[in-house]
Amino acid sequence: MTAYLIKGVSLLGAEPTDLLIRDGVVAETGADLAADGATVIDAAGLVALPGLVDLHTHLREPGREDAETVESGSRAAALGGYTAVCAMANTSPVADTAGVVEQVWRLGREAGLVDVQPIGAVTVGLAGERLAELGAMADSAARVRIFSDDGHCVADPRLMRRALEYVKAFDGVIAQHAEEPRLTEGAQMHEGAVSTRLGLTGWPAVAEEAIIARDVLLAEHVGSRLHVCHVSTAGSVEVLRQAKARGVRVTAEVTPHHLLLTDVRAETYDPVYKVNPPLRTDEDVTALRAALVDGVIDIVATDHAPHAVEDKECEWAYARPGMLGLETALSIALEVLGPRWDLIAERMSRTPARIAGLESHGLDPAPGVPANLTLVDPAARRVVEPGELASLSRNTPYAGMSLPGRVVATFLRGEPTVLDGKAVK
Amino acid sequence: MIRHLLSGADLDAATATRILDTAAEMATVAGREVKKLPALRGRTVVNLFYEDSTRTRISFEAAAKRLSADVINFSAKGSSVAKGESLKDTALTLQAMGADAVVVRHPASGAPHRLAEWVDGSVVNAGDGTHEHPTQALLDAYTMRSRLGRLAGLSVTVVGDVLHSRVARSNVLLLSTLGAKVTLVGPPTLIPVDWATRAAAANTSGGGAAQSPDITVCYDLDAVLPTSDVVMMLRVQRERMTDSYFPSAREYARRYGLDGQRMRRLPEHAIVMHPGPMNRGMEITPEVADSARSTIVEQVTNGVSVRMAVLYLLLGGNNA
Repeated sequence: MTAYLIKGVSLLGAEPTDLLIRDGVVAETGADLAADGATVIDAAGLVALPGLVDLHTHLREPGREDAETVESGSRAAALGGYTAVCAMANTSPVADTAGVVEQVWRLGREAGLVDVQPIGAVTVGLAGERLAELGAMADSAARVRIFSDDGHCVADPRLMRRALEYVKAFDGVIAQHAEEPRLTEGAQMHEGAVSTRLGLTGWPAVAEEAIIARDVLLAEHVGSRLHVCHVSTAGSVEVLRQAKARGVRVTAEVTPHHLLLTDVRAETYDPVYKVNPPLRTDEDVTALRAALVDGVIDIVATDHAPHAVEDKECEWAYARPGMLGLETALSIALEVLGPRWDLIAERMSRTPARIAGLESHGLDPAPGVPANLTLVDPAARRVVEPGELASLSRNTPYAGMSLPGRVVATFLRGEPTVLDGKAVK
Repeated sequence: MIRHLLSGADLDAATATRILDTAAEMATVAGREVKKLPALRGRTVVNLFYEDSTRTRISFEAAAKRLSADVINFSAKGSSVAKGESLKDTALTLQAMGADAVVVRHPASGAPHRLAEWVDGSVVNAGDGTHEHPTQALLDAYTMRSRLGRLAGLSVTVVGDVLHSRVARSNVLLLSTLGAKVTLVGPPTLIPVDWATRAAAANTSGGGAAQSPDITVCYDLDAVLPTSDVVMMLRVQRERMTDSYFPSAREYARRYGLDGQRMRRLPEHAIVMHPGPMNRGMEITPEVADSARSTIVEQVTNGVSVRMAVLYLLLGGNNA
């Protein structure tokens, strides 16, 4: 196993130091380190972060390997600075059995670019009718701890209660896609001034807020953990703030696109801006940013959702919702938060690792710690070019935008997955 | 001149007025024995209809033919669309055939905008989903102007399913541009919540509707009739009833339908409009539809003149 000596790197924004990686762990940090046979990486001006952890990734395999595979999605993740991603269950077949989650887990191991941690479906076939075999997925080689019907809401309150209770046996967590389905039938975009003008059926904020309000009360009642996927409204932030103040065990994520973009993007009717939950208003963006800083929202999760060209190059109403995110998330965090490295590490690595129970991830580089880390050039800027992305899909909403920061290298257990800004395999 | 007509918002007052003035000239053609002008000879107009709409398609077809254009009717039924061809591929096909203008009717809001990105010719929105129907608004404005002599300062009351109405959206935009005052009336479930709350805010604070057209919302039809110069009744789809927008057709007709008794509350000069097709007995009674105030048949006639003007101006017929 090659050793790597990273020279002059700033650990989370601190004064430059050297960092020696050997045998999969950080062996040593300090000034003027030397190591025979180690590959030297000049990291002057670069910042080292614990490898990013994405709690919400769609890898599309099995089923839509034309849009993304475990391998291509893993590569995109590594290029984005990630060392672990949690793969959502809405594949075809659905990841609702031990067999499917083990397959995804094994494909992730074979790709070897990030740790792929499968998420299991809450209900059979995401149909929202009866519980999937949650225990079997938890006991499988994939050791599933997060369960989600993402893409669909577990709308039935009794079923949601049972799911929250049941996973306590193995310290699981239910990650809810909060969307009251009766309030969003046919919904195409945020309900407001823009949807009225564009004649697109509205997705009201209350459809999200009502489910979150219900679920925090359920979680409180049964003493379970709840995680809320892709929080998108100012009202949701207030519901979460109150629940957390009462001590409810709830965590929440926000996506990069909800931190940056608003519903006016829909004016072109280009479905690259169609996403679920939809892009909201300036007021919501402001509230989400503030909540991410003050901790009411715990983490940034990408909701990376690759789609084939034909599923986006069509009429808005017929397009699938979703946006790419893995290769741009860190840049958007930098754009939104500035170079607050400790906060970025907290929101994009430590806390998501803790929620997912990934013990070897989310640890700041220090002697003895698994060498899962990423090196970022904060001074670089880049213009997003869809054709240059590693994802098999091209549905990035940031095409042509200039964003700060560039991932120079990523290490997974001491082995580089990205060097010089390029994937090593 | 603009290249496409996708929304009422594409038209400023000068452009809209020019279209209406041109339509008035076109109308004289209809009175001739030979109803034809050579203006668009050799140009190709494609009617691309993804929804059944015999009246709109025929109106555009008559307009193009009276200008001597070659007209191709492309309907979703019995074409490659039924085999699952994408809008983009259809657009590229029309492009390859050299369409100078594409008139498109589509059930998805914004489909004409997408089409306009993929073809070089002019795109005319002939109704897209629950978004807009700008030529309907133009023919409505034309009808009001020819009956009442002006548009600026008119009080226009639009009644019914505003939420799902492309006719209402285009009319709100165009009439505001041309200086008319628009009042929307209907059950609150069928008024977009954004317009309702903004209008309410404007009433209480005297402002606040900055981003939306200058509109008033009222839920009481009887209250606004005495001050209306124009009442425009919108078609109400019967399926709205089964989706709990209102309890029953009978209750709807009672509260928001225009019958003879209500019509007599209107000022002497006021007119009654309907974009068609009507649900007689639902939003409008036969007594009103067939009355002297009704402009419903005139609207159809004017539709051809207005669409002639739109095609003529978009295709640069005035420069030929």
